[in-house]
Amino acid sequence: MLMDLFKFKGGVKPPSNKLQSNHLPIAQAPMPSRLVMPLHQSIGGTPRPIVAAGDHVLKGQMIGEADGWISAAVHAPTSGTVVEVAMHVRPHPSGLDSLCVVIEPDGKDEWIARTPIDHNAAAPADVFHHLQQCGIVGLGGAGFPAHGKLTPTKGVPMDELIINGAECEPFITCDDLLMRERADEVVRGIAVFRDLLQPKKVLIGIEDNKPEAIAAMRAAVDALNEPFSVVAVPTLYPAGGAKQLIRVLTGKEVPGSMRSTADMGVQVFNVGTAYSAWRAIAHGEPLISRILTVTGNVHAPRNYEVLIGTPMGELLALAQPHPDTDGILMGGPMMGFLIPNPQVPVVKTTNCLIAHDDRLFPPKAPEMPCIRCGACARACPHELQPFEMYWFSRAKNFGKTQEYNIFDCIECGCCSYVCPSRIPLVQYFRFAKSEIWAREREKNASDQAKARFEFKQLREEREKADKAEKLAKAAAAQAAKKAAEAAAAAAESGADAAVATPAPEMDAKRAAIEAAMARAKAQREAVQPKNTEHLAPDQQKAADEIEARRVAAHLIEDRVSSEEATAAPTAQLDPKS
Amino acid sequence: MFAPAPFLLKDVSVSQVMIQVCVALIPGIAAYASLVGPAILVQLVITTVAALVTEALMLKLRGKPLSLFLTDGSVIVTAWLIALTFPPLAPWWLVVTGTVFAVIVAKHLYGGLGQNPFNPAMVAFAVCIVAFPALMSQWPSVGLQLGLIDQMNIILGWAPRVDTLTGATPLDAMKTALKLGDSSFDISTLLANQDIYGNFAGRGWEWVAAGYLLGGLWLWHRKLITWHVPLAFVASLSLISGALWLYNPSQFASPLFHMLSGGAMLGAFFIATDPVSGCTTPRGKLIFGAGAGLLAYIIRVFGGYPDGVAFAILLMNLCAPVIDLLTQPPVFGMKDKA
Repeated sequence: MLMDLFKFKGGVKPPSNKLQSNHLPIAQAPMPSRLVMPLHQSIGGTPRPIVAAGDHVLKGQMIGEADGWISAAVHAPTSGTVVEVAMHVRPHPSGLDSLCVVIEPDGKDEWIARTPIDHNAAAPADVFHHLQQCGIVGLGGAGFPAHGKLTPTKGVPMDELIINGAECEPFITCDDLLMRERADEVVRGIAVFRDLLQPKKVLIGIEDNKPEAIAAMRAAVDALNEPFSVVAVPTLYPAGGAKQLIRVLTGKEVPGSMRSTADMGVQVFNVGTAYSAWRAIAHGEPLISRILTVTGNVHAPRNYEVLIGTPMGELLALAQPHPDTDGILMGGPMMGFLIPNPQVPVVKTTNCLIAHDDRLFPPKAPEMPCIRCGACARACPHELQPFEMYWFSRAKNFGKTQEYNIFDCIECGCCSYVCPSRIPLVQYFRFAKSEIWAREREKNASDQAKARFEFKQLREEREKADKAEKLAKAAAAQAAKKAAEAAAAAAESGADAAVATPAPEMDAKRAAIEAAMARAKAQREAVQPKNTEHLAPDQQKAADEIEARRVAAHLIEDRVSSEEATAAPTAQLDPKS
Repeated sequence: MFAPAPFLLKDVSVSQVMIQVCVALIPGIAAYASLVGPAILVQLVITTVAALVTEALMLKLRGKPLSLFLTDGSVIVTAWLIALTFPPLAPWWLVVTGTVFAVIVAKHLYGGLGQNPFNPAMVAFAVCIVAFPALMSQWPSVGLQLGLIDQMNIILGWAPRVDTLTGATPLDAMKTALKLGDSSFDISTLLANQDIYGNFAGRGWEWVAAGYLLGGLWLWHRKLITWHVPLAFVASLSLISGALWLYNPSQFASPLFHMLSGGAMLGAFFIATDPVSGCTTPRGKLIFGAGAGLLAYIIRVFGGYPDGVAFAILLMNLCAPVIDLLTQPPVFGMKDKA
């Protein structure tokens, strides 16, 4: 079937190195001595372990349950005994440990009861749940839980469902062999995705360096009488990048900032994901094995069907690595990474192991200064300006790197590949991105701390105000009582002291002052010569005012009890009270 | 062992780039040598040696690894461009002064390879034409036939500089004639003088220009340069010269004359395309090339110097950063939003 293809800018053509491993059929890897199942194998929440050391598990039994919607369960790849649930190194460039379930196989390979699901009869939610419970995640690289991608964006019609069989990275041939040997089940899996997403058309993109896979897929599509188009796309790295394949097949450009391609009415799944989804739907088999390429500096490169959790070193040994092998590369040579040690287990997203040596991958020449030749910009499939981003990353001017759209970078490695100055550009961009993330985390943390501090201040002020009010009330009550007593005493001596009696509705501030004053007066009356007796009311008032000012200015605080001295000025000075 | 992806790398290096630029200069150099004799080859040797020695000295002073940077070839490109833009019989100390200035001031004082805002060879040319205008305007007389020994003696100062040996370039001669203000002067009668002007531009010089054009097209074919700068340069030079030529053919020379004269082709394909000091975005390169072509014409025809290419490119170097900033292309997926 002929159709117009689109082009994406940039891209490179590294030597494909696929012929070494694609001429032999897929072999079954032998049972390893033990299996290490990292719980975190997909994007999203880390599954919670539901087994403990000593438990006996069956093949396909769930050992980690999904944590949240974007998460997928993990299962025992074979029957055996759980040795431990502990931290082990996982295949990640960081080399950090993560929680793993370690299983010692009993050799019986005994299945748990499997329950298929009729996806046409079941509600979509049940199908999603089934896929999640079976641990189906994207096998192309990122490992996004498949069920999370099977709902169209609200209000956006689903135009195209794209199946990615491009496999653009050099050396890797696992998708090629899967399509050659199991095209029927791949196509059935695609049909399930089609039924759930209801797209207008289904396009299966395969790079034109895989004619056997293209033929096998076309035959399977015809045999199943499906209206899918199997499209040979030009071999150009990174044609297998989701956004590049979308561009080539549909002409749509999904911006780097767009979270989901479904927002533009297109969704992409890897052929391997379609295959495992079909196994889960039709046979109830969870994702416990996958096909992966073992190649590079080895005597017998080929593809193996491997249990997830198999130590990579044991797998590499099957291909008989040459003695000068000095490391294991997981993934392709453009985006892969060297694993920290051979005990690292295969995970759901492991598609290739390459025995590393200096002949295949010569040590890099020393880094030279950038000469701004622009080769990187011409090679960039996202049409970025890598040399500008490099300059700003190097200068730690991260704001500028964002202005140059550093987060649109997919780290495909095209820029580093073509750089005549041998600058590890992608490393600089990873550095800049992680610095920006770290700073954002710090900023969030400091924002939270600031909010906490401000709330604490607010609370303290409120408490202080409450306390001051309470004290003032108490002081007012006491002052009223004392004033009444004083008035009674004054009435006895014939003076009209009623004017000095504070009105009950007096505000708290004045009440406190009056209380202090009244007490001071009472004390003075007790010890001083009575030369201030029998004053006229206005004289008395003037004297009282002077007394009040002296109290407020702490001039006579020795005569005022400490409680009143603190309560009154606080109430006066605090503008919020 | 730490080695970041990608593990596969294309077989390219800075020295490969620079060597190819030198190779692309060879057709032009061959035509030049056949026109003026072996003097140009002597100058190439002098500038290359001077550049390498100065580069080594500066690298040592700056504490940079000698073997890595001395072999990158960038300084040889600078040296060759200086030899090709200076008068071929210029005294040795003049080309050495230019070369040393280019390497020390224009290149290393700005941070060395990849850091120079101005093209070092053009800085050398500008400095020398301002400091030594007379020597920089003495070009070999047309039809001058001197052997290697005679030319070397002149360059090295062992033989007297006789005025008859050198003269103005065709561009310079035309400007001088036009400046005399003779209203009866007609450019076509001047150009009819086949001895000086040959069939198109300067006698024999058109073949040098053709050699640079050939080398430049090869660089484009090898994807070491893109088409933007040379095409924009040639287009803007043709447009402005063509417009004035049509307006008054007796006072203004034809576009073909301008294209094949002086440093136009060398500038368009080898100097304005310098990635370090030029623009990097596609639209920026078009602006850079067009601006350089236009300025070259204005300086050449209305300015005080015999040729304007060097100053035009330096002026555009000055604008390159802001042009780049303002011409950033939209990224993947953002074209309709930009």
